[in-house]
Amino acid sequence: MRALQIIRSAYRCTIEEQDDPALWIARAMKGAGASLAVLLRGNAVGYAVEGQDATGLSIGTRAQTRPPSLDQDINALIGGGTDVYVVAEDADERGIDVLGFAPGVKTIPRHELPRLFAEFDQVWHW
Amino acid sequence: MTRYLLIESRDPFENGDVESDFALARDLAGSEANVTVFLAQNGVLPARRRARASELDQLLTGRVRVMADEFSLRERAIASRDLRTSVAAAPLDVVLDALVAGDRVLWM
Amino acid sequence: MSEKKKLTICLMDAPFEQARTVTALRLVDLALRRGHDVTVFAYEGAVALSFAKQKKHANAVHGCGVEEEDHPLPREWIAGLFEVAAQGDAKLDWINCGLCVDERGVEEAVQGCRRGSPADFWGAATGSTNTLVVATR
Repeated sequence: MRALQIIRSAYRCTIEEQDDPALWIARAMKGAGASLAVLLRGNAVGYAVEGQDATGLSIGTRAQTRPPSLDQDINALIGGGTDVYVVAEDADERGIDVLGFAPGVKTIPRHELPRLFAEFDQVWHW
Repeated sequence: MTRYLLIESRDPFENGDVESDFALARDLAGSEANVTVFLAQNGVLPARRRARASELDQLLTGRVRVMADEFSLRERAIASRDLRTSVAAAPLDVVLDALVAGDRVLWM
Repeated sequence: MSEKKKLTICLMDAPFEQARTVTALRLVDLALRRGHDVTVFAYEGAVALSFAKQKKHANAVHGCGVEEEDHPLPREWIAGLFEVAAQGDAKLDWINCGLCVDERGVEEAVQGCRRGSPADFWGAATGSTNTLVVATR
C-alpha cells in the first residue's frame, strides 16, 4: 500500500514537540517499512524552506537544547527515499521563492493534485 | 470512477483554508472523480441560506455534491428549510458508508 | 447486515479542546454498531482521551452538583465504545501512541486500551479497508 501524507497545519506545536507530529509520524512509519510520500500544502509549505532556526529558547531555567529543525527533517525524508512535494501556488501566495527550498523538494501545481492523488492507494490529510 | 468524500469541519468565516479545500474539491471533480463534501461542526455554518459564503456558492455551482451533518445543523439551530439550495442534510452514516466502500475520505 | 469491514482511525486532538473528537467518536460508534471492526490510533493529545483518572465535577454556574451535571468524560465514552463492541459482533482496538503517553504523563488508560507505536498504526492501516486521519488544526 502506498499512502500520500498531506500536511497543512504548520508550527502548531513544533517547539514543544521538537518536530512536526505529521512529519515525525511519516518518518516513523517509513522506518517501519511504509511506502509513502509527503505533500506540503498551506502554511506547511514553509517547512521546505532551508535555514529555519529555532535555537536559543529558554523558559524559566529550562533551556531547549534540541530545537526543531523542520527543514532538516524534510532533508532526512528525502534522503531516506521519500518524495516530498510542495504545492506551488501555496508557496507563491506566501512569497516563498522555490530556490530557497531544500534540494530534492518537488513543486507541483494545484491542478495536478488529482493526478498525484491517483498515484496512491490512500490519501491521508494531517 | 474514483470517489472522494472530503469532510470539512471548519467554516470559511474563521478559516481561510476552507476556500482552498473547496478549490481542491472542484479540481478533483474536474478530474472526473465523484466528489462529495460533507460539512460537519462549524463547517455547516455557511450552509445557511442567507450566509454570505461565496466559497460555498462556488462549490455548489460545480459537480460536487454537498451534504451537511444533521446533528451539527440541529446543534446550531439550522433547520432544513434554512439551508442553501443544493445542500442536503445528511446523517454521519454517509461518512461511514464512504469509508466502508473504500472511497477516499479526507478530513480537511 | 452488510459485510464486516476493518477501519482504522487516527485521532490527534486532546480532550475538551475540539469538536472533531466528538464527531470522530460518533463515527467509531456507528461503525461498531454496524458490526465493523475499528482500530483507533490515538496520537499526540488524543492519548489523553482514555486517561483513567479523568474526574467529573459539579457545575455551580449550571446549578448542578456532580451527579446532576453528569459531565461525560472521554474515558467514559471510550469505555462505552468497548461495551458496544462487546455486545455486538465488532472489535475495537484502541492504541495509544506510547511516546505521546509518556510525554503527557497519562499512562493509566481505561481497560481495553493498549500502548503502541506508529508501526502499529501503519500495520492497522494496511490491514484495513480504509483509514481516516482526524488531525489537529
